[in-house]
Amino acid sequence: MTIASHFPYEAEVIERCQESPTIFSLVVRLTDPVVASEYRFTPGQFNMLYLFGVGEIPISIVSDPARPGQLIHTIRDVGRVSHGFSQLEVGDRIGLRGPFGSGWPLVQLEGQDIMIVTGGLGCAPVVSVINYILRRRERYGRLVILQGVKHSSDLIWRERYAEWEKLDNTQVLLAADVGGKPWPGFVGPITVLFEHARFNPQQTVAMMCGPERMIHAAADLLIERGMQPWDIWISMERNMQCAVGQCGHCQFGSSFVCRNGPVYRYPDAGELLAKRGF
Amino acid sequence: MQDADVASGFFLPGQDFALLLAALTGQGYRCVGPTVRDGMLVYDTLEGVGNLPAGVHIQQSPGSYRVEFNQGRRLFDWANGPQALKPLLFAPREVLWQVRRGADGELLFSQQDPDPEPVAVIGVRACDLAALRLQDRHFIETDIPDAGYTARRRQLFLVAVNCTRPAATCFCASTGDGPAATRGYDLVLDELDDGFIVIAGSKHGDEVLALLPLQPVSPEQRRAAAEATAAAAAIQNRQLPGRDLRDLLFANLDHPRWEAVATRCLSCGNCTSVCPTCFCYRELDEPALDRESARHYREWDSCFTQGHSYIHGFIVRPDTRLRYRQWLTHKLGGWHDQYGRSGCVGCGRCIAWCPVGIDITEEAGAIADSPA
Repeated sequence: MTIASHFPYEAEVIERCQESPTIFSLVVRLTDPVVASEYRFTPGQFNMLYLFGVGEIPISIVSDPARPGQLIHTIRDVGRVSHGFSQLEVGDRIGLRGPFGSGWPLVQLEGQDIMIVTGGLGCAPVVSVINYILRRRERYGRLVILQGVKHSSDLIWRERYAEWEKLDNTQVLLAADVGGKPWPGFVGPITVLFEHARFNPQQTVAMMCGPERMIHAAADLLIERGMQPWDIWISMERNMQCAVGQCGHCQFGSSFVCRNGPVYRYPDAGELLAKRGF
Repeated sequence: MQDADVASGFFLPGQDFALLLAALTGQGYRCVGPTVRDGMLVYDTLEGVGNLPAGVHIQQSPGSYRVEFNQGRRLFDWANGPQALKPLLFAPREVLWQVRRGADGELLFSQQDPDPEPVAVIGVRACDLAALRLQDRHFIETDIPDAGYTARRRQLFLVAVNCTRPAATCFCASTGDGPAATRGYDLVLDELDDGFIVIAGSKHGDEVLALLPLQPVSPEQRRAAAEATAAAAAIQNRQLPGRDLRDLLFANLDHPRWEAVATRCLSCGNCTSVCPTCFCYRELDEPALDRESARHYREWDSCFTQGHSYIHGFIVRPDTRLRYRQWLTHKLGGWHDQYGRSGCVGCGRCIAWCPVGIDITEEAGAIADSPA
């Protein structure tokens, strides 16, 4: 049985965590035991979360696929539905359908060096990747994490970055357009970090998400450094309402981001990436 | 039923047309067809042949649609109304599911199994059959088919009528979708002055024909029908500059024509509402007044609205230039990748129903004439 359809199933909030003044995480479990036992996902995929009487929003799943009984969704309080979700408490019920879309190719990338590039607040889809790799560290080579934010105070999970930095064969680089005190990273656009990243472009696969202009600029730099375009994977965002490729809102050129994406190989996203209006 | 070559059809005298409606009604169908209401041709329930638009012509031009009456007796002597099949299958608004809150705050989701009535549509045009084929691919031939659309589609009986009176806005000959219906129907008719040539296109169509007092078709009748559809193709003045404009349009995303059309376009969404292939819909939740239950709806949406491209506080297409460009590059471009052909079937509705008379063939033509 799959619940990746039009119809939602009940889920219960089992934990709530305020990550920053505007970002929070909801840990939920599907309440129907049969549905819960059959639910599986891949990092990079998303669920449609339904707030009673208000509506649905697409939220990527940041928890580990080995624990599908506890689904973590990190949400920014920015709109009508997400604000409603921010008011929920443990024990409250929501609707959930999913998982939808393509995930990151984590199994096929075992043995490779990995570079993670995220910009702005759109880090949730790749945080699932970082967590996944760190729990299976021996299966992957070098790990380079590049994170850019607008303002240094936008960085959530700062202590996690500090911990990751201490790991073997792992490099963490942070950049903020506007730095504050105390800020351990660089000040400037994320692209300044590439000069400091130590990686072999021939052996490294990059996974990126964030503003499309940032993705575009970062991909150009990586390709310039010798990375193959098809070794760059990106996650995209668009308005999604049905999540099954029918309602038309997420169309990006000829692609339905909810179904063909949200994770794409960089060349498959094509020339419309970062093109205004698409 | 007489013995005759099935492919060449039979003749149904005009005075017996009511028997076709009676046969379909007898088979359990609600007959839906063209009828004049509020100065428009609309598809609605037919109580009898008298509801059909005998002697009605329709003058269509950019931004204009006028029903005219003459002394003729033909029932299908017009091009089309603002809508035909799309609302019957892809409902303008429908409940997808509902939810009730239980005593302990639990959420009880439910959905009704669709159980639509059988509907027979009389007077379907070739352009609308082509559009139906595309909507079928979008809503049915996918990994998660739409339950409501699929159920309604299975209950549909289609009586096509080859078009002999295209409007000035029509260009189905240029898209290859008309004026003659070539597939996708249960029955197809050619209307002559004294009756109809009728051909079955499905087993079900054959079964209905078996109930009718049919006559053989004379060579003169056959010739008259062929000439009428040929003339209906020849009379069309409008055309798209090609069947596949994907590469042309995507190579011209910064063409000045987009800005020019945006100064005229009101971004009202009329074109997407009348388009028989446009499939966008929004989902919305409607809580009951007691706040203990809610219905989750979908309703038609348009890429010309601001909300269509909204993501977390940001609008991907904030202005009309970007919205018109999205519509046209998708309709005439992206569809080729998605469904193997253009999303335009040449019905011309978007031209007639545009309040400022923007003409899709003229806009595509302008870019084809001066590509970057």
